[in-house]
Amino acid sequence: MSLLKIKLSFSGGIELLFDNIKQKSVEIPSSINPPNSTTMKDLISWMKDNLLKERPELFMSGDTVRPGILVLINDSDWELEGELEYEIKDGDDIVFISTLHGG
Amino acid sequence: MLYGRQLILPDLGKSGQLKLKNTSILIVGAGGLGSPAAIYLAAAGVGKLGIVDYDKVEKSNLHRQIIHNETREGISKAQSAKMTIEGLNSLCNCVAYEILLDSLSALEIVQQYDIVVDATDNVATRYLLNDACVISGKPLVSGSALRMDGQLTVYNYKGGPCYRCLFPKPPPPESVLNCADGGILGVVTGVIGCLQALQAIKIATENDESPNNLLIFSATSYPLFRSIKLRSKKKDCVICGDHPSITKLQDYVQFCGSGALDKSPSVKELGREDRIEPKVYHNLRNETPHVLIDVRETVQYEICSLPSSINIPLKDLPKRIEDVKKLLETPNTSVYVICRLGNDSQHAVNILKNYLKGEVKDIIGGLYKWSLEVDQEFPIY
Ligand SMILES: [Zn+2]
Repeated sequence: MSLLKIKLSFSGGIELLFDNIKQKSVEIPSSINPPNSTTMKDLISWMKDNLLKERPELFMSGDTVRPGILVLINDSDWELEGELEYEIKDGDDIVFISTLHGG
Repeated sequence: MLYGRQLILPDLGKSGQLKLKNTSILIVGAGGLGSPAAIYLAAAGVGKLGIVDYDKVEKSNLHRQIIHNETREGISKAQSAKMTIEGLNSLCNCVAYEILLDSLSALEIVQQYDIVVDATDNVATRYLLNDACVISGKPLVSGSALRMDGQLTVYNYKGGPCYRCLFPKPPPPESVLNCADGGILGVVTGVIGCLQALQAIKIATENDESPNNLLIFSATSYPLFRSIKLRSKKKDCVICGDHPSITKLQDYVQFCGSGALDKSPSVKELGREDRIEPKVYHNLRNETPHVLIDVRETVQYEICSLPSSINIPLKDLPKRIEDVKKLLETPNTSVYVICRLGNDSQHAVNILKNYLKGEVKDIIGGLYKWSLEVDQEFPIY
């Protein structure tokens, strides 16, 4: 099976759930759920199983990210790209950002 | 001439300066974001500034709340901000609101201004301001900051999204860190607050051509800024969509599960039998053999700690159970756990209880309560 190489970034405190790493290049299967191409939904659950270090409830809610996390695909709001249904492409730059509330 | 150096800017000019003079801006929060925003907006010649804050000036906030100073400790932040603004530019009409903005007061105040700057520090007030701005048709310049990061967005402006379009549901309260718990570098709020002032000036002078975007600032990343293209307003948004179901302000504390006054949500994970009051612990401290574990992050432990306490940060605790066991004189030796405010310590007790035979208790209210009730010399930070 072929692999997709993508860049993941975490910001706004989510990095604390991922071993305090802000950026990470990972290789993921191009079809996590064969025969379908890997989607954002697959990626999120793959991250939970392979990368998440603590407290999954602070990252996920159901099969998506929890309220208050914004996902960016190649510098665009993921809503513009199809959210969970977006098919991951080699070289994608995906950012998970927690909204901040302090001031 | 007060505004000479900015009047000669082709992007501003006399007409822009007049627009600023005729603009009123409401700044909600005279803290780390509101301080620089208010100073620059007043200095630039904005005609009327409203400042909302119910809090008092505190020393531990002066590193970022630079509109205040040491001589103003204990007085209202709204009043203190007004004093600074009036000293800086007597032409600015500044109104101080020493209140906690809520669903009863928000609309009436927001309606009196052209632009609203969200410089608050909690989720409930952010939803409240969003809804008040959508209902009264005002652009909302929203900034936020924590640790080394900041974010800036304009909501409800030129067909762009509102806060609810982006975040229909509030985050779980336990996922929300505030500056008191997470820490914040003063200049980080300064960067975001200045950008809020800039954005408000661009809106006031009708100079803003940028598409809907979210600006992310991270002091520790390269590049420092990232600009993200945002969705448009959502047709099915409950407040700004085509068929809004929310037409008046709500109970935001209930909606968010926490309010403006909850500096940190108090966690109650443990029953009374697993907890001990700081005074009671103080009395047995020299009498009973025990181990005291401090589960704060090491950077906090290094600032101040109780003598003989052992630092094991909460996140390392599960993999350091064997280290804890080695500290015990006998398998039944009591273990007490302390942290800053008494939340993490409860979590730690729940972990330790599974492995230890003796008593494991957390010290209620943490070092904060220790400082209030046992040792006033112990620093609160
Ligand atoms: Zn909306």
